[in-house]
Amino acid sequence: MNDDRSSPSVFLEHQSYRRNRLADAARLLPVIGAAVLAVPLLWPSADSAQVVAGEVEAVPMSTAILYIFGAWAGLIGLSVVFGMAARRWGQPDGPQRPGQG
Amino acid sequence: MGRHVLLVEDEPNITEAIRFLLSRDGWTVNTHASGTDAVEVIRVARPDLVILDVMLPGKSGMDILRDLRDLDELNDMPVLMLTARGQMRDRDMAEKAGASRFMTKPFSNTEVLNAVRDLHAQASQS
Amino acid sequence: MASLNMLIFVCISYVVLLFIVAFMADRLAAKGRTTWLRSPIVYTLSLSIYCTAWTFYGAVGYAARSGLEFVTIYLGPTLVMIGWWWGLRKLVRIGRSQRITSIADLVSSRYGKSNLLAICVTILAVIGVTPYIALQLQSITLSFSIFSEADPSGATYSETATVFWVAAGLAVFAVLFGTRNLDANERHHGVVTAIALEAVVKLFALLAVGVFVVWGLSGGIAETMARIDASEIGQWQMKSGRWTAITFLAAAAFICLPRMFQVMVVENDDERHLRTAAWAFPLYLLMMSLFVVPIAVVGLDLLPAGSNPDLFVLTVPLSQGRDGLAMLAFLGGFSSATSMVIVAAMALSTMVSNHIVMPIWLSYRGDGGASVSGDVRSVVLLSRRVSIAVIMGLGYSYFRLSGGGTALASIGLISFTGIAQILPALLGGIFWRGATKAGALAGLSVGFGLWVYTLLLPGLGVGLVSEAVFQQGPFGLSWLRPQALFGITGLDPLVHSVMWSMLLNAAAFTLVSLFSFPSPIERLQGAQFVNVFDHSSGPRGWSGSVAQVEDLMIMSQRILGAAEAQALFRRQVILQGGRGHLPDPTPTFLQTLERELSGSVGAATAHAMVGQIVGGSSVSVQDLMAVADESAQLLEYSSQLEAKSTELARTARQLREANEKLTQISLQKDAFLSQVSHELRTPMTSIRAFSEILRDTSGLAEDEHSRYATIILDEAMRLTRLLDDLLDLSVLESGQVTLNMREGVLMDVLDQAVSTVLAGADSPLRVKRRRVGENVVLKSDLDRLAQVFINLIANAQKYCDAERPELTISAHHIGGQLVVDLIDNGSGIPTDVQAMVFEKFARVNAEKAGGAGLGLAICREIMHRLGGDVTYLSGQSGGAFRVTMPLSLPKLAELAAQ
Repeated sequence: MNDDRSSPSVFLEHQSYRRNRLADAARLLPVIGAAVLAVPLLWPSADSAQVVAGEVEAVPMSTAILYIFGAWAGLIGLSVVFGMAARRWGQPDGPQRPGQG
Repeated sequence: MGRHVLLVEDEPNITEAIRFLLSRDGWTVNTHASGTDAVEVIRVARPDLVILDVMLPGKSGMDILRDLRDLDELNDMPVLMLTARGQMRDRDMAEKAGASRFMTKPFSNTEVLNAVRDLHAQASQS
Repeated sequence: MASLNMLIFVCISYVVLLFIVAFMADRLAAKGRTTWLRSPIVYTLSLSIYCTAWTFYGAVGYAARSGLEFVTIYLGPTLVMIGWWWGLRKLVRIGRSQRITSIADLVSSRYGKSNLLAICVTILAVIGVTPYIALQLQSITLSFSIFSEADPSGATYSETATVFWVAAGLAVFAVLFGTRNLDANERHHGVVTAIALEAVVKLFALLAVGVFVVWGLSGGIAETMARIDASEIGQWQMKSGRWTAITFLAAAAFICLPRMFQVMVVENDDERHLRTAAWAFPLYLLMMSLFVVPIAVVGLDLLPAGSNPDLFVLTVPLSQGRDGLAMLAFLGGFSSATSMVIVAAMALSTMVSNHIVMPIWLSYRGDGGASVSGDVRSVVLLSRRVSIAVIMGLGYSYFRLSGGGTALASIGLISFTGIAQILPALLGGIFWRGATKAGALAGLSVGFGLWVYTLLLPGLGVGLVSEAVFQQGPFGLSWLRPQALFGITGLDPLVHSVMWSMLLNAAAFTLVSLFSFPSPIERLQGAQFVNVFDHSSGPRGWSGSVAQVEDLMIMSQRILGAAEAQALFRRQVILQGGRGHLPDPTPTFLQTLERELSGSVGAATAHAMVGQIVGGSSVSVQDLMAVADESAQLLEYSSQLEAKSTELARTARQLREANEKLTQISLQKDAFLSQVSHELRTPMTSIRAFSEILRDTSGLAEDEHSRYATIILDEAMRLTRLLDDLLDLSVLESGQVTLNMREGVLMDVLDQAVSTVLAGADSPLRVKRRRVGENVVLKSDLDRLAQVFINLIANAQKYCDAERPELTISAHHIGGQLVVDLIDNGSGIPTDVQAMVFEKFARVNAEKAGGAGLGLAICREIMHRLGGDVTYLSGQSGGAFRVTMPLSLPKLAELAAQ
């Protein structure tokens, strides 16, 4: 009996595991976003002492634009993925019924 | 050879009718009207034939018949049962109790005479 | 060329188009055909009212001045949207399940439906948003002025008049489509559809200008990038405090702005739209900001120094002679301004009307607020319309007073900071059950006060706060300087204000909440808000990740019984396609289990039990209340069951009795028929026998002949008597007997009975009577009564076995009844047959036959009909019968005695 109990369907375990990780991701997404968008804070600003002293080169605006808009688009992409995942797992009786996997 | 019949019947008019009929047919007719001591009366009288009414005061005809059949000396005594309740149940009970013949009131006189003669004839042969 | 008149014509045409769209959408919604009106795309587009004219025009100016800092305004909302699963989903669910009409309503509802809080939030919102509305009006005016300058015809143009008419027009639009009717859900499909259209227009306009700038003026992406790097904002330059603070502010304002709350929560048709908006709206924002920097850089390049960078979106195309593009850009800005103003006015008017005007009006009415009805609807609508007009008026006045100068430009962030003060109370309200009304009030007050002191007053600048206060602090207290609280100097004023106001706001909110005690309704509302996903319908389910299936099994066995629980679990395992005895704790399984359990213990209890084991939620106040309710219901149910089972037992007993009675009756019927048969056959036997004798026997003696004939006669008469008696009894028993009730004296009745019996009787029965007691007047069927007495006396005559038979008849009263005892001096009836003497055909002594044995049965029937009874008196010396009958008229008896 114990053997039976410890080995439920692999598919189901996989499925519920995936759902829980998706819920984690949902909570993590804005945190990741905030972290990624805080990265420019680490860049040397054009008016900082180091840049003025010529020790470090300031980040060109085009690079900044590419980074920020790239990160932005990446977040949107993640959000799309998560939204689709949420749609699937929001309907557990839908297309992913047990046995169809 | 006198033929002796004992009639146990509580209705005096019926008793009188039967006594009249059988007397004229050559029988010696004794009558008794109570159920209580009927067995004893029969045992003592030792008739050739008993005509027994079912509904008797004190003791029913069925019980009397059963008691008669339990007695060794009387178990082959011909008994003609009379009853006013013509139901099959009574007939069955009577046969079980060991009645030789069963008649339902009202009967025709000829029937009674025939029955009595038959019974006597059978008893004599055996 | 772009004449001002042309512009006005386009503008009015556009407004008419919006009117038509809004009108059609309302019509469609009224018909219930709202499928596409309720699409997630429309929802997403409606969120775009976040992008006002300030962001449409201002973002470019912002970029021209401060580089990429402008994106923070968009990054904040982006973070909120991609975290929708956490926050917005809950907000929307609460809004829907609690029927929230505004942010003020939400806060007030959460904290025990406190109107004081609602008023605070409303005032805060009005103060924060009014300048913002003025800003929109300014943007429209400015854009008009640009065209006016470029107008070759040199048409006259009055700035003041324009602003007034724009404000009035927007007010009319908001009134028409925002307060046309009172919708229970506060949804306005017309307005939402119109602003969705405007969202498309403004995005399209900005993209068009951007494309023109990048490919038309700069020659491609690479060239544009080079141009950017070469410009005066070509290097990354950022004050990290502002970057963080503004991102935070924008996120907070995105949630707390009344207009955002209106479109995001109140107008939300379907929670699932958030799923789409979560990526679509950030995408919209991204596209809105994509070309901002290029436009700014190109504007700085092309236009003479000193040009207002806030209007580059218009002036760059105009300077290149692209009037059509400029017109489109103008429409985009116009759309941004109008959509914001309309929704903001609607949202604010709802708040003002619901939380300030209506309470005051109702209390002025004085005659019991709740009892007024009927005219309330029209009053609400009127108050909303007036509120919209007043708010637009305020915006207009603010615009006029501030002179429409540059002071307005900074108002956007100031406004955001004010509105963001609601955030602690809001977030605390939906995530922390310990938040109290006192805490919310304290936090709001502290935040509001600090905002006004550190940002609003200094921001409005000149005149309101003296220079001395700025330099030395109020009353010379230097640590209270508005822009350097607690002696911390050198901070950006905005960062300074955001930091202190939010920090102290949140601290006050938390501390006061911790030390105050919520009222019951606050606690209830708190539980409903914080645990909204457990209580509301919609996507609901357990996430069974940590479910202890074994614990569930144990619990289920206790409730359902071992065999049934195991069968249930087994079925689930098979359903899930697994093996073994325990299924996976999938939400489906947990819900099935909950349903099964709820059959035994009630839904709320089952939910709480599963919840406790799965650990998904704590038991809430509402859960407990529901449990209590169900327990009460169960108690009531069980007492009902008890009552029913008693009733059932009673019915079963009655059925059993009825059955016994039926069996008895059936037996009695058989016995009766058998008896009748016997009683009929016996005389017939004699009759037949003697008839045959008479017929067949010749030579009968004369006396024999006559004797036999007499016997036949006697027996025939016996038969007749028997039939008479049977008939009599049957009539009596069936109740069809008609009683001939009349008055008479008992003595006469007895006289008649005695004489009837004794007449012609040969047996010597002596009847002893006590005539004193017999002088009683009766109302009865005297003939029937006499029949009873005759029967009883005849019985005594027949059966009394004494040597000198005597019958004593005595009458007396016992307990209001007349009792006549007839007692003879014989041996009486043996005890064992006493019970059956009244039964039909019961004959104690068969030897003295003659009657059919029906006499006493008939007597008893008669006495029952007459309301009395006849019983055998045991314990007397002889046979003793007692006749009782009701002594109905004692007065008459006395009269008769006189």
